[in-house]
Order: sequence, then C-alpha cells, then structure tokens
Amino acid sequence: MSRRLKSGGRLIDRTKPVEFTCDGKALRGYAGDTLASALLANGQRVMGRSFKYHRPRSVVGSGPEEPNALFGIGEGDRFEPNQRATLQEIWPGMTARSQNAWPSLGFDVGRVNDYGSRFLPAGFYYKTFIHPRPLWKHLFEPVIRKAAGLGSAPTVGDGDHYAHQYAFCDTLIVGGGIAGLLAAWTAAKAGERVMLVERGAHWGGRSPVDGATIDGQDAASWVKSTVEALEKMKNVTLMTRCEGSGVYDHGYVLCNQNLTDHIADKSGPRQRLWRVRAGRVVTATGAIERPISFAGNDVPGVMLASAVRDFVANHGVSPGERTVIVTNNDDAYRTAKVLLDAGLRVPAILDVRPNAASDIINEIKSLGVTVHTGRGIAKVHGDARVTGVSVCLQSGDGTVLQEIRCDCVAMSGGWSPVVHLWSHCGGKLWWDEARAMFRPDPDQPPRDGNAQGFVTAIGAASGALTVRQVLADVAETMDTDMPACEDVAEAPIKPVWIMPDGAGPALRAKMWLDYQNDVKVSDVRLAAQEGFESVEHAKRYTTLGMATDQGKLSNINGLAVLADRLDVTIPQVGTTTFRPPYTPITIGALAGEARGDIFQPLRKTPMHDWHEANGAFWEPVGQWRRPYCYPQGGESHADAVAREVKNTRQSLGMLDASTLGKLLVRGPDAGRFLDMLYTNMMSTLNVGRCRYGLMCDENGFLIDDGVVARIDDDTWLCHTTTGGADRIHGWMEDWLQCEWWDWKVHVVNLTEQLAQIAVVGPNARKVMEKLGGMDVKAETLPFMAWADGTLAGLSVRAYRISFSGELSYEIAVPAHQGPELWTALMEAGAEFGITPYGTEALHIMRAEKGFIMIGDETDGTVIPQDLGLDWAISKKKDDYLGKRGQQRDAFQKPGRWKLVGLETLDGSALEDGAYAVADGRNENGQGNVQGRVTSTYMSPTLGKGIAMGLVERGPDRMGEVIKFTRIGQAPQEARIVNAVFFDPEGEKSNV
Amino acid sequence: MLLLKCPNCGLSVEETELAPGGEAHLKRFGPGSSDDEFEAYLFNRENTKGVHFERWRHAYGCGKWFLAARDTATLEVFGTYSAQTTEPPADILARIRERTGK
Repeated sequence: MSRRLKSGGRLIDRTKPVEFTCDGKALRGYAGDTLASALLANGQRVMGRSFKYHRPRSVVGSGPEEPNALFGIGEGDRFEPNQRATLQEIWPGMTARSQNAWPSLGFDVGRVNDYGSRFLPAGFYYKTFIHPRPLWKHLFEPVIRKAAGLGSAPTVGDGDHYAHQYAFCDTLIVGGGIAGLLAAWTAAKAGERVMLVERGAHWGGRSPVDGATIDGQDAASWVKSTVEALEKMKNVTLMTRCEGSGVYDHGYVLCNQNLTDHIADKSGPRQRLWRVRAGRVVTATGAIERPISFAGNDVPGVMLASAVRDFVANHGVSPGERTVIVTNNDDAYRTAKVLLDAGLRVPAILDVRPNAASDIINEIKSLGVTVHTGRGIAKVHGDARVTGVSVCLQSGDGTVLQEIRCDCVAMSGGWSPVVHLWSHCGGKLWWDEARAMFRPDPDQPPRDGNAQGFVTAIGAASGALTVRQVLADVAETMDTDMPACEDVAEAPIKPVWIMPDGAGPALRAKMWLDYQNDVKVSDVRLAAQEGFESVEHAKRYTTLGMATDQGKLSNINGLAVLADRLDVTIPQVGTTTFRPPYTPITIGALAGEARGDIFQPLRKTPMHDWHEANGAFWEPVGQWRRPYCYPQGGESHADAVAREVKNTRQSLGMLDASTLGKLLVRGPDAGRFLDMLYTNMMSTLNVGRCRYGLMCDENGFLIDDGVVARIDDDTWLCHTTTGGADRIHGWMEDWLQCEWWDWKVHVVNLTEQLAQIAVVGPNARKVMEKLGGMDVKAETLPFMAWADGTLAGLSVRAYRISFSGELSYEIAVPAHQGPELWTALMEAGAEFGITPYGTEALHIMRAEKGFIMIGDETDGTVIPQDLGLDWAISKKKDDYLGKRGQQRDAFQKPGRWKLVGLETLDGSALEDGAYAVADGRNENGQGNVQGRVTSTYMSPTLGKGIAMGLVERGPDRMGEVIKFTRIGQAPQEARIVNAVFFDPEGEKSNV
Repeated sequence: MLLLKCPNCGLSVEETELAPGGEAHLKRFGPGSSDDEFEAYLFNRENTKGVHFERWRHAYGCGKWFLAARDTATLEVFGTYSAQTTEPPADILARIRERTGK
C-alpha cells in the first residue's frame, strides 16, 4: 500500500491542500504534488491498463519516461489525453480520467487478451488479419479501430490559445540541473546572451535528491545560490516548465513552455512555443534510469529505484512499506538510504554483481540491510500489486533460492544519457562498454552551415554520472573552474539485460521491455528469429519504442536483447532514430495564433465592405473573398444567381473584378519577353489595343490566361487569373532573373493598386455615357480596345473586353477610388436595374459562351490545343515557353481528349467531374472512360443544363450521344455539341 | 531550418523566408532540340547526396533569386551567389575543393 508519510517531501507544501478528482473520485493532494505522487499518497497504485493485454499498471518512473501512468486531463474543450501523471502538477479542481480500461481500472474486460497472450505475439497484426478477406472489413477492422490508440481523442476544438515567441541568444542551455546551471553561470560571466530552460518546475535536477556537497554547501543550497546569482544578470533568461523540444538544422531550437497546465486560472495562453536561434546549444538533459527485465517486472509496485526515492524525498510519499531493491550498479543503494531515512523497510538488496564493494555498499550494509550478491529476481508475485519476489542466481536458470515478502520492488539497470537533442540534428553516439551506455561523441556533433559543431552535451547527458564527474565534465567542456566536490568512488556497473541470464521461454514471456506497447523479451527475440534483424525493422514489427514515450525508458534494453539474439554487439545493432519533439507537443502549440480567422491573411477588395453590407454570400478564392452571389429577401442562392445572369444579359450587371492579376511589364525588351511568355504574339499588339493570351509552362501545359493591353511602346499590362497573380508574377521574375537577365524588362505587380469594375450588358454603354467624361462609342472605343478618360469625375482606364459575351467595359481606378466609382455606377445604373453579380453568374455566363476557365478546363495536363485554342498559338514564332513541350509525340496522338460542349437529352445538368464511360475494362478491372465533364451549370439564359468537357476525339464526334457517370444512379446520356451555347457569332459583344 | 545569406540584400535569412527553386545551372532546350536534350532539361535532376547547386528565391524579402552551393547531407553551405551566372564562381568551387577534396 502506498501512502503519504508523516513528514518529508521537499517539493510539497503541506499547508496548501489541493482538491482534485480522478475518475470522478474526489481526492486531496498538496501544492507541489504531481498527479502520480498525489494518487500514490491516496493509496491508488493502479494508474492504467496496458495497451495490448490490459494488465493493471502503475507508475514506473518519475519523469518524462513514464510509460504507464497516462491520464486524460481536463474537461470539454480543455481535455487532453495521454498526459503523464509524473509530470502533471495538480491544481484545484483538476479532473483526471484513466485510459485504456473498460469498464474501469479495477476491472477491465480487455484483460482476457492477457490470458490469451500467446495468440498476440510480435507482428500479430500482420499475421492474423490477412485472411479471410471479408472478416477484415466486418470484424477485425471495427474491433481494432475501437482498441487502437492510447487515450481518447478530444471531441471538440481546443478551447485554449497558444503563443509563439522568437528568441536569439549566444548560448541556449537545455536542462537546469547542476550541469546546466554551472554552464549558464560560465557563459553568462563571459558576457554571452544566455537562455537556460528547465523542463520541470524546479532547478537542480536530481542533485537535491541524490545528495552532494558542492563548494561546501549541500546541493540544494548550491542550486539556490547559483539560480539567485543568474537571476541578477541582465544577459541571462531563465525559464522553468520549458522543455527543449527539438534541435533543427543550423542551430534552430524549439522550446515549449507550459504556462497554465499547472494552475486553475486558464485565462492566459496555455503554452508558449519558443523559436530560438542559438549560436550554440548546450544539452544538459540528464539521464534516465533503465528497468531490468525479469518475470513480472510490470506488476504495480515495481518501479525504478530513482523514482522510488524521488517520491519519498520530493513528495513525502511512500510507494510501499517493504521495498526489495534489485540492481546492477551502486546508484540504487541511494534509494535504500532514502527509504531507511524515511523509516521504511528494505528487506533485501539483490545485487547481480558477485563482488561489488564500495563505500555506499558498506554504508548500507552497516545500517543492517541484507545484500545478496550475484542474485536477481526469478519472478515477481502479485497481480494488481506486488506481494513478494522469488530470488534466484543471476547466472542461473531461475531456480528459486528464497522467497521475500515485499510490496514494492525498486529496480536499477543503470542509466542512459538523454541524447535526444544531441541526436535530432545528426550528432553521433558511441557505446561506452564500461558504463554500458550510448554517449554523445564530441568528435561527431551536429554541424551548422559552416561545418562547425553547434551542440555540446554536458553532465549526465554526456555520460557523467556522479556529481563530481558532472562538474568536472562541465568545467572541462566549458573551460571554467570546477567547484569543489568530493569524489565518491563507485563500483562498476555490470550490464544485465534479462534476469536471470539463463531464463527460459516461460520467464521470457513475462519479462516486459516496453510497458507502453506491451513488448516483451520474447517478442523481440521472435522478431529477430523471423528476420526483422535491423533495429528499425524490429521496432516496427514489435512496436518497441513507439507511442508517447518513444522508448525513453527501455529502448536500450530492447536493443541489448536484440543484439543478444543476433549474437552481435549492442553498437552493431545501433539505435533507432531520435526525432523531435522530445515529448509530445499538442498541435495547438505548433499552430500558435495561426488558427480561425487569422490562420492566413484575408485579402479584401476595395469594395469588400459594400459587398458585405449588401448581403454578399462569400466564396473563398485563394486568400480573397469574392461575392458568390447577392441573395435578396430570402432568395435561394440558385435563384439569386439566375436573377443576376438574366438581368445582366437583358439589361445591366456589374462585377467587382479587382482580384484579377494586373502585372505591368515595361522596358525595351518587354515585347520580346511577352512573346516568350505567351503562346501568341504580343509584340505586334498596337498601342491602345487588347489581346487575349495564353501562358504555358515548359511542359506545354496551360497555366494561365488573360487579356493583355499595350499601354505604350515599352509597356504592356497583363491581366492574369485571380489565383495566378502572384504565381505568374513570380514566374516572370524567375525567367527575367535566372534566364534572360540581360533583357531590359521590369515587372510590377499592380493587382492591389487598382480597383477594377466590369460593367456588363446591353445597357453598359448607356450607363457609361450617363456618368459622362469620356467617349465610349463603338467607333472610338471598339471591342478589344482601351482608353484613358474620366468617368464621374474620376480618372479611369476603360478596357472594352468581355468575359460574358455581352457589351462590356472593365474600368480601372486607383484602389481607394473604387468604392466611389462603384457607388456612382450603382446610382447611375438604377434606371436600368443595374445588378451586381458574383462569381457564380460570371462562371455561368462564360460557360454559356464556351470560354475556358483555368482550373476547370485545365488541370495541369491540358495543352491549349486540347481546348481548341490553336487560334491563340502563334505559328510565326520560333520559340515560346511550352512550344518544345507541345511538340512531343504524346500530344500529337489523335486519341487526345479535347474540349466540346455537352447537352443532356432531358435538359438536366450533368454532374461536375462526371466521367464519360466507354466499353470494356482496363487492366485494373475498372470501367474504361473516354472523357470527363470540366464545367457544368444550369443555364438561366437557355433554361437547360449546359456543360463543357474533354472527350476523346470530341470535335470529330459532334452530335454523338455518350453516357456520363452519376453517383448512385444510372449513367446519364448527353450529346456532344459546340461549346459555344450562346450567341455563337459574338453579335452581342460587338456593338 | 537552414540559414542562407541572400547575396542580393546581404541578409542571413531563415529558410521560411525563402522559396526553393530546384537545381541550378540547367541549360534550357527549346524548339529544335532533340528528345534527349529536352528530357535532360525538363526532367533529369542530379538529386545528389552531397554537393548540390540550387536555386532559392528570397520570396518574403527582397524577392530576388540567388544560387547556393550546399551539401545536402551535412547541410554545410559553401556559399551563395548571384543567379545571373551560368556556372558556379571560382571562389565557391575552390571552397568546395578545400572542404571535400573534389
């Protein structure tokens, strides 16, 4: 039984009780408790159920390595699954929910998996569910879906908000233990800008628990005085609850700071993501103790030796009354000391080393503790809690020598430096046989753009284990004086990966390596036996080292077992890849403020507010918002669109065309440049005239279109599609800067400088004349001409161009005058029933005329010739971008899909994207197709469905009826017709 | 995240300020070229593990293109230089030789 001790606990404040609930049960802890320490204090040991076998599990560690004690924390839009109880500080009103257990932690029906565990070996997913196929869909997948994943996903959006902060420093030190503090002090004294971040809430790392004397002070006092000194320095930034999360190329580091996860007041940002550019990164991230694999090493009550002493020393919590310690090194003896100091009993220490002798061993023996050398654990007894252990010879086969009654087992398999941040960006490791650990190789650090190493690992993170070793390492690495510290000689570690050495299959099948994923020694051996010999393959086959803990606790144990089975050394097996983040980061922290309305910038035309005030229904077009239509008085969108089309065709309509790209191309070589960019000839365009042009990429595929106006001898204005403005501007710059850099041309993107309004319909000229100021008669301003002039007192440029087939002027004014011109047109057009129309009416009118739309009729595989646009491709030019591409064989074949109009036989509209079906099946057994619909609308003008599509040899098959797919219905018949449905002679625009 | 110096505006900038443009020093082949030449121009890329000459645009800065010589494996940057050139400058090539022996 775990309980709160009467005294002790350096981190808790017994005067400040904290009430919280776990699975609905009201519990009490103290300020300074973690969820794990508070649950132990309340006598609750079972904190989770294992993933595969649903075995009861308790807390194993005391830090980020914890694999078992995962909880869902918070409620509603502040619920987050998979939080480690060892890191989660409790706060008043906190709610915790256990995971992976149904119906409850105490009784979980999934436990039946455990009793049938021989049917769930490594790779069982891959082996079991292949046949028979129908069972996958109807039985296996639904069951696995329900069982898969740790915790439950939040059901609503994240209610918190998150901040990002950039920071720059000379030296970023990750880890606020004694190594990090000494490094920070050294760098700060030298005048560097220093950032020191510590994951936990307290400075000093393990040293206050493990004990040491530094510069004549106890460790806690040395830590306190050093932090106080650093706090006074202006060039030092100190942050606790801030985890160094990932190290990236060229010295970029992400640190994630917890701001409100530990307090009841959630009003501020929940976390702050620090985006740090550091000249040098110093990792002082410490080390993590390893478990030992013996049978039953997952029974609640079996914990890391360091965690046992942390709970006692930090939180005044006893994990058990009688703790058996099993170890292969001296460090675990410190746990005995802490337990004895707290008045708890240590029935025995099982030390696998036959002849270990050192000061601390003698000290513990002198306190009356029995130390059995050369011994290990054959088996742990108990189910939901430890009741005892069977002792055996480590070198034997598990024959039981003795039974010891206990309720807690503290195990220590040695320590693994936290090398994650060192390794994220390519730092290499070496295997230290004597210390049995992978250590950062200082000769192979992660390197920056100048090939200089930019990460330095210090202290325990570099493999130093005793306080003196740590301080000496920092002093040497950082080139500073070492604080006085007594040397503590320790007996060497004896690497032990499974216990006992000669354990047979029955014991191996109950030895856990990876608690979180329920991977046992037998699973890793099976993977090796089945050929998954590469460590990366074995990881994926067994799931060793996956999920939230990513093998922090015991990956090395797994590698050792794999090495043993393959009969190679541990460094020959190597490690799996260390990838950021060090511990999981919630997606909200990565997104920061970039969500909702400010996920990306919203671009508004000068007339945006008018549209908004007049009921526009918005359509997102890239970052722009354009009116889709303007519904009036309860009108449906379809009715609004039909009204807008009809009014425009019959009288007068008006469109905000400001989003169209407007690129000014100027210079002595501008004509030559545009002749290369467009398929047709632009250099011969007369000043004052406009020409429709096509742009292709070097593959020959159509990428953009628009009307080009010749402004003067040296100047052209190129209109692009709305979505193409920035892309085509970049395209032009690319060719000018990187290919034809000696051509004298410059390009200016005027898109946002100008408001542009299309005035469209039979009465367009009348409203222009009514506004007055310029001659817009057909003779002076004919179709495809432009003129500068005055309208309603504003200086304008009017282009007589049409995307609707109607008489139409597009009028450009400086952006700030757009609303004034728009309002003037609305007022002057009132007598003609002027109707603002949106993008859908624009689309329908262009489709009625058979005009193509980039992105509808084109998809990156369509050349202009496919669209019957041969007339817009110059035959005279030697070269233009895409000409060579279009000459390739594939484009000359007669079977290409080409643009045609399509009309259903019953007047309905085809489905968008529908395929034209053909006879037979292809090699994949799918029905053959011979074309597809690219645009389809119900035409208000013609009162029937119209469509455009690409059909195999389409133009040669006029009048033929073919079938198109319909989702959930029989195919629909449609006739191939001319794509120009309305006013084929163009009489309406040419007036 | 890479740091590259834009030779046009002189700033050392983060990768997020830049837009990548693929391999540098491609020779354009247009009409009249053979299928092999055109294929090489349009599709065939070094995709090297090691020294690579590549195009970058300082898209969220001065807007200008520049070229970089970089090791794609070690991320060492041997230098950045003007896009208005058909081959890497001598000083960059010398630095690459010095650093890689090639």
